[in-house]
Amino acid sequence: MAAGQRLSGKHLLGIKDLNKKDIELILETAATFKDVINRPIKKVPSLRDITIANIFFENSTRTKLSFELAQKRLSADVVNFAASSSSVSKGETLIDTVNNILAMKVDMVVMRHPYAGAGMFLSKHINAQIVNAGDGAHEHPTQALLDAYSIKEKLGEVAGKKVVIVGDILHSRVALSNILCLQKLGAEVMVCGPTTLIPKYIHTLGVKVEHNLRKALNWCDVANMLRIQLERQDIKYFPSLREYAMMYGLNKQILDSLDKEIIVMHPGPINRGVEITSDVADSKQSIILDQVENGVAVRMAVLYLLASQKD
Amino acid sequence: MQNLTLLDGQKFQITIERLCHQLIESHNDFSNSVIIGIQPRGIYLSRRIAQELRKILPQAKIDDGILDITFYRDDFRRGDNPLVPNSTQIDFIIEGKKVILIDDVLWTGRTIRAALDAMLAFGRPEKVELLVLVDRRYSRHLPIEPDYIGIKVDAISSQKVVVSWKETDHEDKVILISDQV
Repeated sequence: MAAGQRLSGKHLLGIKDLNKKDIELILETAATFKDVINRPIKKVPSLRDITIANIFFENSTRTKLSFELAQKRLSADVVNFAASSSSVSKGETLIDTVNNILAMKVDMVVMRHPYAGAGMFLSKHINAQIVNAGDGAHEHPTQALLDAYSIKEKLGEVAGKKVVIVGDILHSRVALSNILCLQKLGAEVMVCGPTTLIPKYIHTLGVKVEHNLRKALNWCDVANMLRIQLERQDIKYFPSLREYAMMYGLNKQILDSLDKEIIVMHPGPINRGVEITSDVADSKQSIILDQVENGVAVRMAVLYLLASQKD
Repeated sequence: MQNLTLLDGQKFQITIERLCHQLIESHNDFSNSVIIGIQPRGIYLSRRIAQELRKILPQAKIDDGILDITFYRDDFRRGDNPLVPNSTQIDFIIEGKKVILIDDVLWTGRTIRAALDAMLAFGRPEKVELLVLVDRRYSRHLPIEPDYIGIKVDAISSQKVVVSWKETDHEDKVILISDQV
């Protein structure tokens, strides 16, 4: 790796702002951190003079834990903030909330928010580095990076691979970030799902669209199964979960009927029996738990690279 | 810019061999000792030392590893560019072993301080020694001194001491670079 490489931006708001070099730098740095977290002592002192606030305006288990572990393994000081138990419910604005936190000398903010663009908005009004941990149905950059890392780890290369993203594309931030990230790394991307859950103009991003799960699986090397985001669906997009599971659920039978072994991914949380059956989720082809492990390494890499940029 | 060659050719080889024999004096057959080279430039010296030791002691099993200290450095966020990590490869246990840390040039001692920290993540060694090819005397920022020294050099801080290796730079050589005459 050439010395002195750095990310092109000060924040990580979305994959859209990263170039191919940035993504490759993050993935390479993540590999060294994966080595670190598999040692008997999993902690390094790099970020010992940095304080990070995790601000979650929306529920999260994996992402929040993963970020917090990544921060602690880098020896950063961490404060956690959940909107549900805070003054946000008393009517405070986003900028006021964050500025109050920053007044306590915080260097970096990791934020999840139910509205698209919340991270971008914040980055224009406050003086701290922002890491987007998911903003509405817009982007979830660290998820896309860890998915790309996991594919690279499993298949050796992302370029030239065929990845299908199955499920609720319309409400998924994971889908958009994944499409952008995989395309920048040279993979081919297809989306698959019922017509109602595929955004109308998604083909303008250069992805293939397929409504038949079997055809999509026959085409791909990797299948990334998404959850149906019922919390974001204000109307009915399909008749019933049972019907969705029959049409778009990944089960052992359909997986075994393919003429090749594909890799199965899922960003979590899994709804077992809906988009993926238990036997597939727990099978050898599934790398769901590897994704979680890699998530910590990738987030360490992102935090490390961002923190090392002097302002 | 002026370059002065401090060590090359046969003298370079003799220095390496002398260091090996000094190591053997205190570590016998290396049954309880391991060699760790510090990334990025110390690894060439540690590989060379390990290779030479295997020639001298064909029956001995000599463990050598490489250690990256990037995450333990004390100048994080102080330079203009991010510190880029290298790989660490220590496939043996250092708990209770005598560890010989190896670097090419000892200058301020800060790298060695970081290496001591980084190494402790792998266990508690019985003893740690330091071997360097070049000791830049009277320039330490920390109370760190080497146990085995290839050559001693007196240089002012604007000068640079660079070690080049056959493996990467086609020639074994130690040069002193001065900016102004």
